[in-house]
Amino acid sequence: MNLLYSDVEDDLRTAVRDVLADRCPPEAVLGRIESELPYDTGLWKLLAAELGLAGLLVPEHLGGQGASAREAAVVLEELGSAVAPVPFLGSAVLATSALLGCDTADGTVAALLARLAAGEATAALAVPLSGAPGAPFPGSVTADSEGRLTGRVTSVADAFAADVLVVPAGGPQGPGLYEVAAADAAVERFSSLDLTRPLSDVTFEAAPARLLPAADPAAALDGALLTTAGLLASEQVGVAQWCLDETVGHLKQRHQFGRVVGGFQSLKHRLADLWLEVVSARAAARAAADALAAGDHLEAALAVHVAQATASSTAVHAAEEAIQLHGGIGMTWEHPAHLRLKRAKADELALGTPARHRAALSPLVDLPPA
Amino acid sequence: MAESHPTPGKDPDASEVRRRVAELLAAYDPARVPREKFLRARFDAGLAWVHFPEGLGGLGAPRALQAVVDAELAAAGAPDNDPRRIGIGLGMAAPTILRYGTEEQKRRFLRPLWTGEEVWCQLFSEPGAGSDLAGLRTRAVREPDSGDWIVDGQKVWTSSAHLARWAILIARTDPDVPKHQGITYFLCDMTDPGVEVRPLRQITGEAEFNEVFLTGVRIPDAHRLGAIGDGWRVAQATLMNERVAIGGMALPREGGMIGPLAAAWRERPELRTPELHDRVLSAWVAAEVVRLSAERVRQQMAAGAPGPEGSGLKLAFARLNQHVSGLEVELMGEEGLRYGDWTMVRPESVDFYGRDAGYRYLRAKGNSIEGGTSEILRNIIAERVLGLPAEPRTDKDVAWKDLPR
Repeated sequence: MNLLYSDVEDDLRTAVRDVLADRCPPEAVLGRIESELPYDTGLWKLLAAELGLAGLLVPEHLGGQGASAREAAVVLEELGSAVAPVPFLGSAVLATSALLGCDTADGTVAALLARLAAGEATAALAVPLSGAPGAPFPGSVTADSEGRLTGRVTSVADAFAADVLVVPAGGPQGPGLYEVAAADAAVERFSSLDLTRPLSDVTFEAAPARLLPAADPAAALDGALLTTAGLLASEQVGVAQWCLDETVGHLKQRHQFGRVVGGFQSLKHRLADLWLEVVSARAAARAAADALAAGDHLEAALAVHVAQATASSTAVHAAEEAIQLHGGIGMTWEHPAHLRLKRAKADELALGTPARHRAALSPLVDLPPA
Repeated sequence: MAESHPTPGKDPDASEVRRRVAELLAAYDPARVPREKFLRARFDAGLAWVHFPEGLGGLGAPRALQAVVDAELAAAGAPDNDPRRIGIGLGMAAPTILRYGTEEQKRRFLRPLWTGEEVWCQLFSEPGAGSDLAGLRTRAVREPDSGDWIVDGQKVWTSSAHLARWAILIARTDPDVPKHQGITYFLCDMTDPGVEVRPLRQITGEAEFNEVFLTGVRIPDAHRLGAIGDGWRVAQATLMNERVAIGGMALPREGGMIGPLAAAWRERPELRTPELHDRVLSAWVAAEVVRLSAERVRQQMAAGAPGPEGSGLKLAFARLNQHVSGLEVELMGEEGLRYGDWTMVRPESVDFYGRDAGYRYLRAKGNSIEGGTSEILRNIIAERVLGLPAEPRTDKDVAWKDLPR
């Protein structure tokens, strides 16, 4: 188990951070969130194609970078820190992982992965963002005998940016994953708590679809949810670290009662506790990324549940502390702290709540219910 | 300062270390040679602590090679030096003597310290000086004729004092300068007639620690460690080692306080409730995350890039132990109303996880006090890691004797 960052991972972080510093400053994020173009497509093209982030998890022989969950985790730390409005999690992690669980020797699957990896297309997996690994295969969409899909999936992340939807649906031969052109579905973006990760309700009315060959579609879906839940912990660490750094920086600047506010012991102790929380969440998130990269399913599941049960609460607590310790300015729309609180709170519900991940841990660590 | 360095030009590797172990075992068959004789021979072969310099029980080798030595010797059935019994000597006195001692002090003290022939204790805390250790009032006054130091005062929370032959001691040698500048570090003979050790009965009923009364204790100047007035700096080396020792232990999954709680949950279905289930799982997650955090710090240290995370380990450790042991008593239900034994005994070593749930709960209360309180550790993190302003000080430039008390 390696809980540190390799030199390659450090270089990747620097590259992503430089692009975000240049292209994704707080005022740009704030300016975009209420517009008709919630995603920064120019930034996404740059990250996806030029930096190759869209294909990080895709093997080289399928046109990707052949990297692992460890590298994707580093990218998510940076994207979380900047709350960058790009569909990396939905497309390059969630949808891509589902496709990697299908039969990648099949031409359809391989071609779709190659397009995603090259940044030529963006995909979304049609599941509610609140869906968790371990849940039953969804039944809200069904395929008819001609392979057309009908049904509705709510709260789908990054569907608004997607060209392609990967849709879990019940069909004549049982559960399957289907490829649907986004243009053939009704994608309705709604007003979401987290403004930097737009959500949509997606409706299919006899939408033309192609069944993606997979030995075990349910396992492919569940594996994608597990991987994404584990990597979400690194995004949460990125959010939490930003909140801690900004708050410490603010409290070193601000004077009240003739003193630097950060010198008051009650605040110093709160920040020391928060620092410890972030350090701990980082260790848990690194363990999850490392276990996902190593590929032992049981160890990975255990590490993901531990990381999600930890980092979700850490990000929320860090964002709440950031708001409180910034005082009045933390309540304003102008200051970017609220974007992290909204991201952190939405992330707490995403891919399983902490309580749900603890419950999932129960059989893995032999602590049975009452 | 007489600091020791590994012998230059040599860097023993694992095979060299194995060769030396084989030589030791060939010359001293652990099945026949008495324990003490074997341990002395092991020290002289440089296999006691391989990262120490040659001639002082080591080889000037990387610290990681010690695991090779320990495994080979354990496999051969060789006796060890019972490290739990001599933890203060190994973990605190030895690194400080190595760093600040004279050649003569190192040669005199380190060998019997390591073999356990001489047990050490630490005379630092006082009834009036805990977190503010530098405010200590135990006096050491130099006798003009002999040059010896005469020590008077009271120390407290001294583990192993009733077993100890020697103590590391800090005392005030100059009350006329600010408190940090007037302290000197000594090696104190615990058999001096002026040393009186009384057990200090604690919250668990037993006396793991002692009070030590020092009345006219005579210490030759040759047993001073470091320069006169430099004791505070020397003591920092001791205290840093103490914090690493308490928070940084490597544990397997479910090692530590969570082990008994998880075992009770598995073995006693009648204790389970749905509400407790989520809390037990939360505790399990918290324990696993503390374990991972400690592992990450160890990996950083091994990679030569020790991060600031180390200062948080003990804080996390104390909080976890208190939380988990409290939950365990609650889980026990009616049984939690019983306590194993309040009899006053004097155990020879520290035990955080032993006995029963009630003992563990009460003993864990000390974890956030001993070796630096959690409040002091939060100050350290805030100031040294996060760079926030230091606490306002009114005692830094005032002579110790003029401080209000």
